Amino acid sequence: MTSIKLKLKESEVQQLREVAKSFNNAPGELINVLHRAQEIFGYLPAEVQEVVAQELNVSVAKVYGVVTFYSFFTMLPRGRYPISVCTGTACYVRGAEKVLDEFKRILKVPVGETTADGKFSITCLRCVGACGLAPVVMVGDKTYGRVTTDGVKDILKEYEEAE
Amino acid sequence: MHMLVCGGTGCRASASDMLFDNLKKELQEQGLQDEVQVVTTGCFGFCEKGPIVKMIPDNTFYVSVEPGDAKEIVAEHVVKGRRVERLLYVDPVNKKQIADSKGMGFYKKQIRIALRNCGLIDPENIYEYLAADGYEAMGKVLTEMTPEDAIQEMIDSGLRGRGGGGFPTGVKWQIASKVSADQKYVVCNADEGDPGAFMDRSILEGDPHSVLEAMVINGYCIGATNGLIYIRAEYPLAINRLKIAIKQAREYGLLGKDILGSGFDFDVEIRYGAGAFVCGEETALIHSMEGERGEPTFKPPFPAQSGYLGKPTNVNNVETFANVPVIYNKCAKWFAGIGTEKSKGTKVFALAGKINNVGLIEVPMGITLREVIFEIGGGIKDGKKFKAVQTGGPSGGCLTEKHLDTPIDFDNLLAVGSMMGSGGMIVMDEDDCMVAVAKFYLDFTVEESCGKCSPCRIGNKRLYELLEKITKGQADKEDLDNLRNLCMVIRDTSLCGLGQTSPNPVLSTMDNFMAEYIAHVEDDRCPSGVCKDLIRYEIIPENCVGCTACARNCPVNCIAGERKQLHTIDQSLCIKCGACLEKCKFNAVAII
Repeated sequence: MTSIKLKLKESEVQQLREVAKSFNNAPGELINVLHRAQEIFGYLPAEVQEVVAQELNVSVAKVYGVVTFYSFFTMLPRGRYPISVCTGTACYVRGAEKVLDEFKRILKVPVGETTADGKFSITCLRCVGACGLAPVVMVGDKTYGRVTTDGVKDILKEYEEAE
Repeated sequence: MHMLVCGGTGCRASASDMLFDNLKKELQEQGLQDEVQVVTTGCFGFCEKGPIVKMIPDNTFYVSVEPGDAKEIVAEHVVKGRRVERLLYVDPVNKKQIADSKGMGFYKKQIRIALRNCGLIDPENIYEYLAADGYEAMGKVLTEMTPEDAIQEMIDSGLRGRGGGGFPTGVKWQIASKVSADQKYVVCNADEGDPGAFMDRSILEGDPHSVLEAMVINGYCIGATNGLIYIRAEYPLAINRLKIAIKQAREYGLLGKDILGSGFDFDVEIRYGAGAFVCGEETALIHSMEGERGEPTFKPPFPAQSGYLGKPTNVNNVETFANVPVIYNKCAKWFAGIGTEKSKGTKVFALAGKINNVGLIEVPMGITLREVIFEIGGGIKDGKKFKAVQTGGPSGGCLTEKHLDTPIDFDNLLAVGSMMGSGGMIVMDEDDCMVAVAKFYLDFTVEESCGKCSPCRIGNKRLYELLEKITKGQADKEDLDNLRNLCMVIRDTSLCGLGQTSPNPVLSTMDNFMAEYIAHVEDDRCPSGVCKDLIRYEIIPENCVGCTACARNCPVNCIAGERKQLHTIDQSLCIKCGACLEKCKFNAVAII
């Protein structure tokens, strides 16, 4: 972790404090509060976790323990176009690994990281339940089905042109 | 006339919501909006050919419908009464068009109980559920039956938990009912984490009220007034439809105070999961609902004694709950008449992988794998040879040819080294390497192990490393013995179900495909041509015409050769992506 502290926007911190209040600042609501915090900030850096700990009157270590336990929570900012490759079993047997390799090769970043320009990030997810379309890739909320290694270029192109 | 448009996640990913809008617009333009009703329904199950549109009353079943097809469907089917033939399903065997879904191999052997309303009603409209006998069972139980009678009925039905464990539901309710406490909880486990299984999501998306109704009944039986649904945050559509259903049920007095004037109070809240497979285990799930890390704890105490906030808690899964109202509507005897001696009723399976008809099916217990894979599933994709079917997800095992005629039920699957699990069924063909498949599942387990107990945390990691060694051709025969021994230790000493079952994919593939393990270890060969370190791509000189297709598509430019001359692959640069093999039209690239 870096020693430089991130400066959070005061308005967003205020929003988070209100969220915590709406859950009666109850420690048992930690996961619900974190869900909302991730919606507000996009991710959960240490600084956000500190605010949550303060509001719910629990230790920062406990918040960190919960954040790192669940795969839905992330401590790294995602790209503007977050790419999620489904690596559920159905997608795996229909070639998801090759598709993932192709994204990694073209974007030159490993899974879990974001490109230097902040445009794309790659993550794996386990089954969106669209197994009929396997292998499946999601970019933001958009789902791409029956993706081939050739198709990877075309997907990326769509977002490169968007900018 | 009604048009039912599938609004499940799979079909939505193929733009079924746009199709819905287009159909409405076309009808409006023709002035037919009052004659024909377009309804968004839950999943039809036949995801392979989505989006699905079904016409009522004539039951015409259109497949792979695109938003652009709306005009033709309205102009031809609605206005002129002629079927749009090109959108009908074509039987892959006899190439005949089938208009009515009842005639399709996919639906013929299915009995839909838990999925009874999926693909039939609008899940966002409580009237449609009420018209389909909705909340009738709840009314009957609350006003005509004592909790003891209702529990007895559940025991008599023989329903067993559909989340994987297979524990008798009625007995579970009885245990929770006998504990006295000032507060008890009913929990619906909707944290469907098994990759490749999506039945719970489909039920919540297609028929959310059936789960709410069952939870009220459950609450009445055990004496709980609070219900909690623990659902994955990754299921936005299901969450949204649940919220709508809860709101509607409250408005109609079907949730809340004094339900139907019976004096019984019950309400439901939603809790969100955050992506942890282990939270499917009931003690872990309860800790997660309390805002903690989702780590399991030793049982006893069972949740029925001390669960959520230390109070008696009954946890059932979505599919189990979806069966409940039907059992009271039709009686326990009827339900017990379906299935096998010890496994009653039906089971929903998510059929996926290398199979022609990917989708969600509900079949009576006791059906054989052969019927499921070759009749309902339509056989293996691209005419390849069946190799294995993996049931029960990461906790299950790989079954093979010799198990095809085993009747599927809880006990039979356990006896052959797999398990029912939540009902994922992944079909594999000759191109799948079973060692790599076992490694894939272990990779999942390592990632999802909560880390609390060492056999699971460390043991599975070592298991994964051994498998990696094998797939790289660096293992020797002794490693195979170590692999099996380690499996036994993890199975016998782990704290919860996750660790106790995580070696199953390894053990079952070792039992059924030992020759493949030996080929990797002794001959440094991957018979299916999957493990990258053990294969190389070569060009077959006799077949190569020098078309340059492979060279042009090679991402690392490691294929040399001029037009109309023999090409060669530089093995030192090749990343073994297989692009050349895919592009070659002359069978001139082979895996050696």
